[in-house]
Amino acid sequence: MKPAPFTYHSPRSVDEALSLLGSHENARLLAGGQSLVPMLNFRLASPDHLIDLTRIESLRGIREEGDEIVFGAMTRQRDIEFSSVIAERLPLMAEAVPQLGHRQTRNRGTIGGSLCHLDPSAELPTICMAMDASLEVLGPSGKRTVAMADFAQGMMTTALAAEDMLTAVRIRPWTGRYGHAFIEFARRHGDFAVASAAILIALDGAGTITRAVVALGGVGPVPLRVSAAEALLVGASAGPDAFGAAAAECAKVEALEDPTYPAWYRQHLAQTLAGRALKLAHERATGH
Amino acid sequence: MDTKRISLTVNGKIYEREVETRVNLVDFLRHDLGLTGSHVGCEHGVCGACTVLVDGVSTRGCLMFAAQADGAQVETIEGLAKDGKLNPLQESFWDLHGLQCGYCTPGVLMSLTEMLRDDLSPTETHVREVLSGHLCRCTGYQNIVAAALEAAKRYRESGQPV
Repeated sequence: MKPAPFTYHSPRSVDEALSLLGSHENARLLAGGQSLVPMLNFRLASPDHLIDLTRIESLRGIREEGDEIVFGAMTRQRDIEFSSVIAERLPLMAEAVPQLGHRQTRNRGTIGGSLCHLDPSAELPTICMAMDASLEVLGPSGKRTVAMADFAQGMMTTALAAEDMLTAVRIRPWTGRYGHAFIEFARRHGDFAVASAAILIALDGAGTITRAVVALGGVGPVPLRVSAAEALLVGASAGPDAFGAAAAECAKVEALEDPTYPAWYRQHLAQTLAGRALKLAHERATGH
Repeated sequence: MDTKRISLTVNGKIYEREVETRVNLVDFLRHDLGLTGSHVGCEHGVCGACTVLVDGVSTRGCLMFAAQADGAQVETIEGLAKDGKLNPLQESFWDLHGLQCGYCTPGVLMSLTEMLRDDLSPTETHVREVLSGHLCRCTGYQNIVAAALEAAKRYRESGQPV
């Protein structure tokens, strides 16, 4: 099918985009278009105005600012994939991005578009949940910062109001002795994952876990942090016992159910993937 | 009807057209420019038949509007053969039976063109990863992979630019 007619706008600045968004009824922002355009083609979305952010240069790029990495919302997934800064400082994200869609969709898809679309199994929202990302939002009343945990309100539903725009994503990389792992299960490479696990664990010199993140994608309506698993890990001695107990917590989360994948299957996958990812993250933290 | 005047380069030739803004790039190429080599399959970015190069990178022609290609350099399957002679990538597909019905082939060749410009010694894993963005229902992919690796070898040996 073809999209219903709309009026196309191509603003050159964030202010211009916000003013267009505020002055038109039923307007949508267009980022990389790899999720919104299929919805337009199938007429699942029929905005009267489409505001294309592609030509706003200030929304693109990755920069290091203090101890944070800042992504312009229109930074393409391709730019993240080939960034040496990300490879070095955010290896968890670097591991996830090549599993996101395909070469041909990563060339146009953006980090901001992925976060605003908020598909439950999408990789970048899961990574942002794992990394406690801060999201910069600009709206009629000015700029505000929203924690990823508050941004993801429900199935494909964000904290953005109709006249708000996500402008940047801030992530503070972990430092010191830590390991990471992102593992997903999809029927074919590039398909939406049925489930994914993102793990970060930091260790002290004695091998005790000092900090832990257990995040799941595709299991719940939004990416989840399994706080019960994280609580079990912190203070425990890194090894199969702690990892097994933490992974078992992942099978207890309330999971999505659909005709293809029952909830118990997602829970089983969550436990298996988290267990594998914990082991891999530990191997990386200890260098073997 | 919302329209926009655009100017873009397709296979080295400059075109100026007035386009309806809801028309996607691949429909524009096919219907407005008569370049029917790029195919339309699923219209939601999954099958890869509509893949073209926009400013050198592979792009789903169904997930980008023609209006967004204003000022862009677009390359399509029609640009691969020179003076009626197939290029080494196309010849490799011919020689190794890398296609049967041919519906997916224009998109496959554009993604492989992008890959070969970047990497003339791709591993089979790399080739298969690139191909993961393309559905082929005839070949089972084996001959596509073989043809892609053969093309890389021919480009390496001839020194001809991709």
